[in-house]
Amino acid sequence: MLQLKNLHVSVDGTEILKGIDLEIGPGEVHAIMGPNGSGKSTLASVLAGREEYEITAGEILYDGADLTELDAETRAREGIFLAFQYPVEIPGVSNTYFLRSALNAIRAHRGEDPLDAIDFLELVKDKAKLVRLDEKLLKRPVNEGFSGGEKKRNEIFHMAVLEPRLAILDETDSGLDIDALKIVADGVNALRDTQRSFVVITHYQRLLNYIVPDFVHVLKDGRIVRSGDRELALALEDQGYEWLETAPVAAGA
Amino acid sequence: MSEQTRIIEDFATREYEHGFVTEVEQETFPPGLDEDVVRAISAKKDEPGWMTDWRLKAYRHWLTMTEPRWPNVSYPAIDYQAISYFAAPKKKLESLDEVDPEILATYTKLGIPLDEQKALAGVAVDAVFDSVSVATTFKDKLAELGVIFCSFSEALREHPDLVRKYLGSVVPITDNFFATLNSAVFSDGSFVYVPKGVRCPMELSTYFRINAENTGQFERTLIVADEGAWVSYLEGCTAPMRDSNQLHAAVVELVALEGATIKYSTVQNWYPGDRETGAGGIYNFVTKRGLAEKRAKISWTQVETGSAITWKYPSVILKGDHSVGEFYSVALTAGFQQADTGTKMIHLGRNTSSTIISKGISAGRGQNTYRGQVKVAKKADNARNFSQCDSMLIGDRCGAHTFPYIEIGNPTAQMEHEATTSKIGEDQVFYCNQRGISTEDAVSMIVNGFCKEVFKELPMEFAVEAQKLLGVSLEGSVG
Ligand SMILES: Nc1ncnc2c1ncn2[C@@H]1O[C@H](COP(=O)(O)OP(=O)(O)OP(=O)(O)O)[C@@H](O)[C@H]1O
Ligand SMILES: [Mg+2]
Repeated sequence: MLQLKNLHVSVDGTEILKGIDLEIGPGEVHAIMGPNGSGKSTLASVLAGREEYEITAGEILYDGADLTELDAETRAREGIFLAFQYPVEIPGVSNTYFLRSALNAIRAHRGEDPLDAIDFLELVKDKAKLVRLDEKLLKRPVNEGFSGGEKKRNEIFHMAVLEPRLAILDETDSGLDIDALKIVADGVNALRDTQRSFVVITHYQRLLNYIVPDFVHVLKDGRIVRSGDRELALALEDQGYEWLETAPVAAGA
Repeated sequence: MSEQTRIIEDFATREYEHGFVTEVEQETFPPGLDEDVVRAISAKKDEPGWMTDWRLKAYRHWLTMTEPRWPNVSYPAIDYQAISYFAAPKKKLESLDEVDPEILATYTKLGIPLDEQKALAGVAVDAVFDSVSVATTFKDKLAELGVIFCSFSEALREHPDLVRKYLGSVVPITDNFFATLNSAVFSDGSFVYVPKGVRCPMELSTYFRINAENTGQFERTLIVADEGAWVSYLEGCTAPMRDSNQLHAAVVELVALEGATIKYSTVQNWYPGDRETGAGGIYNFVTKRGLAEKRAKISWTQVETGSAITWKYPSVILKGDHSVGEFYSVALTAGFQQADTGTKMIHLGRNTSSTIISKGISAGRGQNTYRGQVKVAKKADNARNFSQCDSMLIGDRCGAHTFPYIEIGNPTAQMEHEATTSKIGEDQVFYCNQRGISTEDAVSMIVNGFCKEVFKELPMEFAVEAQKLLGVSLEGSVG
């Protein structure tokens, strides 16, 4: 579904991603871990189509086609979703209104009719239940005054409504209490299927107890220095990232 | 500059491609202004002697005045002798085919029905629209309640005593350069009187009389709400308005007697001028003021998106004890537009309160100035004011300026002032994009969200139109 080949990315002339190779198949869950500043959010932003990031070498293929040809909104309409590490506030715009515009833009792209207000409300209520989002957050302006945890849960709620094919969760678990963490994980697991893939960026292997990944990658200084399965996450929890410095770069999983 | 910034900046350069609709003018005075011209205007309109004298008095005073230069706007000197001060109603167009297609497209986007489109575009409208329509039933209903709603000329003929009593009582003829000019040469306008204790059952909209006469560039409006009366008045419409007169100097006077409420809402969407040079846009120099007696309330709401230059400070004189003044404003400047707008709240009575919410949006090379004055007189015990002035910048060639003047003559006054300036964030736009929303829709959504506190003060239908208007303005720009 998604292939990164020798991806190099710079921002303002500084190289941040220094040759990433990664292949994500349909239905797979990939966890990405790594120290602060290693480039995880950069990778997520590049996939989502943020323009400040310049691809200096390599390629990104989505369903075999060059993803960089598409602007951010088209990528979203083609099923790429990013749960932001820092969700953005949009004062005065209700969460429901915002989501309905989003969903209808995606539907229009697929040649589907827009959902009317009533059908949409039903859908939204279902999905809010799924991620146990307080219904009063639906009417409030997007993320404005939301607590840190509410913002994260709202991202998962957006994901549940928009039903993407590739969902990238950037530290959605940080700032969540243990109950919220389980709810978010349940939400993700409910959406898991053979066609939908996930990239889960996290600092805590704890999340991976609930969302069990197929692969775990360690990003360090702009490179994937190690890939493995769940065991790798457990090892990282024990020993941190230091030991990878000297360890040989593993060839694949 | 990223693609996004560029797209957002294009907002600044939205183009009004259409030229002016050619209009055949009949019986227009030659340019120039002197006492004979003032007399001739009055004579043309068959005005009573006192009205002619009033105009002349204003004219003589105007000669002693100089044009104000303090607003934060710049424009070439206006030659007042080069303006024609009387034009008979313009010839109607034969059909919508003669109207600029872009204007029609905008009407369609705004969802304006066909007959109304004709009226707005200055096309002769068949009898169906004029006689059977809402307008007539509307008039009957108002007459039943004793509400007077007519053109200023008609009011002078039918209700001269009312006009004489209140005209100039809030904006005296000596008030300011533009208001004084208006007093001398005003063409026409609206008059409203709501009798004691009557709650006017429908919004009074200039729209209902838009086809009735040509109000021209010096419009005069007088609204009187008698004791305990309630009225909501809507001025303008969201459809783009074009006028070959560059200078507009209107005066609006509101009189709210004891316990009365007047809500006055405006949507102003006049031609902003050429996008490259700013040439040809309307200069809108308006004086709007209301007088609130005991327990009366005056509320101004305005959405200003048009004109090359806007100079406008709808104000409230809180004369009576417990009177209330409100000002809610959205002003958008793009291209080369300049707006210097705000309000004055003059607290004279005791226990008076005022609220000011101003939202300025600047894009392109637009310059947006909020200028507000809150004055509390010596005897105005327990005056309260809340002011909030927010500015939003789109792109980095535009400007926002805030000049709040506060003058407090009484120690019991409570003042609260908040001001923010924000830039429409690439983060916000990207967040929207990432959810599938186009940049154009995102900017429109963010701007509308920013203005929400003001829109919710507009009558429902107007609010929907105003939101669409911002949307449409943005649409033409980021496409
Ligand atoms: N727009 C930018 N301008 C300059 N530097 C940037 C920009 N975006 C990212 N960087 C830098 O790139 C590096 C990688 O940042 P990134 O946000 O991708 O890290 P991360 O792995 O997500 O870290 P964390 O775990 O703290 O979220 C950091 O050093 C950061 O300062
Ligand atoms: Mg990060």
